Amino acid sequence: MEPFTTHTGVGVPLRRSNVDTDQIIPAVYLKRVTRTGFEDGLFAAWRGDEHFVLNAEPYRAGSVLVAGPDFGTGSSREHAVWALADYGFRVVISARFADIFRGNSGKQGLLAAQCEQSDIELLWKLLETEPGTEVTVDLAAKTVRAKDFTASFSIDDYTRWRLLEGLDDIALTLRHAESIADFEARRPSWLPSTEPVSTG
Amino acid sequence: MGRTLAEKVWEAHTVRQGTGAEPDLLYIDLHLVHEVTSPQAFDGLRLAGRKVRRPDLHIATEDHNVPTTDIELPIADPVSRTQVETLRRNCAEFGVRLHPMGDAEQGIVHVVGPQLGLTQPGMTVVCGDSHTSTHGAFGALAFGIGTSEVEHVMATQTLPLRPFKTMAITIDSADGTLPAGVTAKDLILAVIARIGTGGGQGYVLEYRGSAIRALSMEARMTVCNMSIEAGARAGMIAPDDTTFAYLKGRPHAPQGADWDSAVDYWRTLRTDDDAEFDAEVRIDAADLAPFVTWGTNPGQGLPLSALVPDPEAIADENERVAAEKALSYMDLVPGTPLREIAVDTVFLGSCTNGRIEDLRAAADVLRGHQVADGVRMLVVPGSMRVRVQAESEGLHEVFLAAGAEWRAAGCSMCLGMNPDQLKPGERSASTSNRNFEGRQGKGGRTHLVSPLVAAATAVRGRLSSPADLS
Repeated sequence: MEPFTTHTGVGVPLRRSNVDTDQIIPAVYLKRVTRTGFEDGLFAAWRGDEHFVLNAEPYRAGSVLVAGPDFGTGSSREHAVWALADYGFRVVISARFADIFRGNSGKQGLLAAQCEQSDIELLWKLLETEPGTEVTVDLAAKTVRAKDFTASFSIDDYTRWRLLEGLDDIALTLRHAESIADFEARRPSWLPSTEPVSTG
Repeated sequence: MGRTLAEKVWEAHTVRQGTGAEPDLLYIDLHLVHEVTSPQAFDGLRLAGRKVRRPDLHIATEDHNVPTTDIELPIADPVSRTQVETLRRNCAEFGVRLHPMGDAEQGIVHVVGPQLGLTQPGMTVVCGDSHTSTHGAFGALAFGIGTSEVEHVMATQTLPLRPFKTMAITIDSADGTLPAGVTAKDLILAVIARIGTGGGQGYVLEYRGSAIRALSMEARMTVCNMSIEAGARAGMIAPDDTTFAYLKGRPHAPQGADWDSAVDYWRTLRTDDDAEFDAEVRIDAADLAPFVTWGTNPGQGLPLSALVPDPEAIADENERVAAEKALSYMDLVPGTPLREIAVDTVFLGSCTNGRIEDLRAAADVLRGHQVADGVRMLVVPGSMRVRVQAESEGLHEVFLAAGAEWRAAGCSMCLGMNPDQLKPGERSASTSNRNFEGRQGKGGRTHLVSPLVAAATAVRGRLSSPADLS
């Protein structure tokens, strides 16, 4: 994973709450077996609407999405994060994120920055009155800045550290391979294995 | 201080306590795999030269893409076919047990695990699917994960995680039962409407109280299944004699002396009397009624007897805007009685309501009735075992005689990755779990309902409960 320190890019105001992952990428786009090329599915249904924010310049080239609360609810599909990242987004700002989406973002270097809803309202106004305004997100300082606007955001320390260092989760866990083996030796013998059994 | 059920299961699976910024490392007892969220994870393993560490704790099935008709033929959609074939190749290469289309044990991953007895109390269960919360009905800590985590579990059989917060959802009733016509589905829809789609974020919900204790295992699975729709990490119900009776004799349940050891342990899996939850919600079962959704998220629901709400009456601005957008998408007018909403499709199935008890309940309502003109009803069993069981009870004959379609097992119209989809503008009463825009097909409109309401709606052609048929 590429380290994430700061990012500056055009902010995109998405005035919707409960943006579920079926909206971010509908199920029909989940059939690929590769990791790339999901940008065509991003907000597929809404992009058919000419008034949708990503259909307007200069938002089209945005990389910082500013959304309403409860972003990423519903399905666990990591494709939602891939679609946002493949399109060019590096940051999503929301007052509340669904847990699985937040976790998936952290694995893929997409920063899920949690801000107060009152700050998001201010940012929406700024991005709508001055389209194309660039937003700078500083992960070390945990701040969002755009023109005169400044706000802090929250993110859990572990995800922040991994993003700043660009660390691979699996490699981190494999440092504890011995602890995992010790744990396995202590598991009760009656726990099920998926090895086929006779069903009589 | 005492511990909650979730805390007990967490502690029993902590490989390594977190230090500093690093979270706990949690051992995973069972990893369920399907074709949609696994191909990139297997690819990741290949690229890094890694193996599946414990293939004996993995099981795979084909469910999301599979057609529910002509299953003996190759899948017509080449992209779906490639995804299913990729799963077959990956399972063969990495040694993971797979139940493919046509296999007697094939079905929706969350129906298959419990039915095989692989889901047991006190286990940690994960799957690249948010409805993994279903397995919490057994007192397991079960949650959905993304594809990166799928790869992580394959490689290490663990996940680095911060402990979840705990919320008690207590549902009591004077005589331990739900009011007539009220099912587990109505109960969970009411819970979601109460706490909201984000109300459970960061929490494990533990459902408790006399009304929960009285539920069958299948009803408990329906409740836990939709915990994710309240934003929760997981839902749990403490195991009891109902749980043990369901498990005993299943293919992967412990046997003999092992069974006794397991039950001794399982009986300790309850929240201690002096344990404290981080949040508590109480609901009186007597207040529950058949519940349906009117909007485009599962929290936008009301009793069937209510009217389509007026967004103007909603104080919170975000919720008002969301309600306006939802009504516009759903093409509904405020003040319309929910009972007057006509549907053209009824879907009975999914990991929420595709089990044998759901099929029995719907068949009981349909018996002697006909599906209304202009309505198509799809009955999709959650697994091939459920299908075989239903046929042995003659339920398929009830569905077919009423004019419904009797299909093979899979996720089907719950998310429309296979050909079972709504067309633009079509409206369904669906026993599934999500009424998101376009969830069942682009431009389709979904009302979430119980199997009883689904069957009655099929007969009347409008959202209805069985009481409306007499």
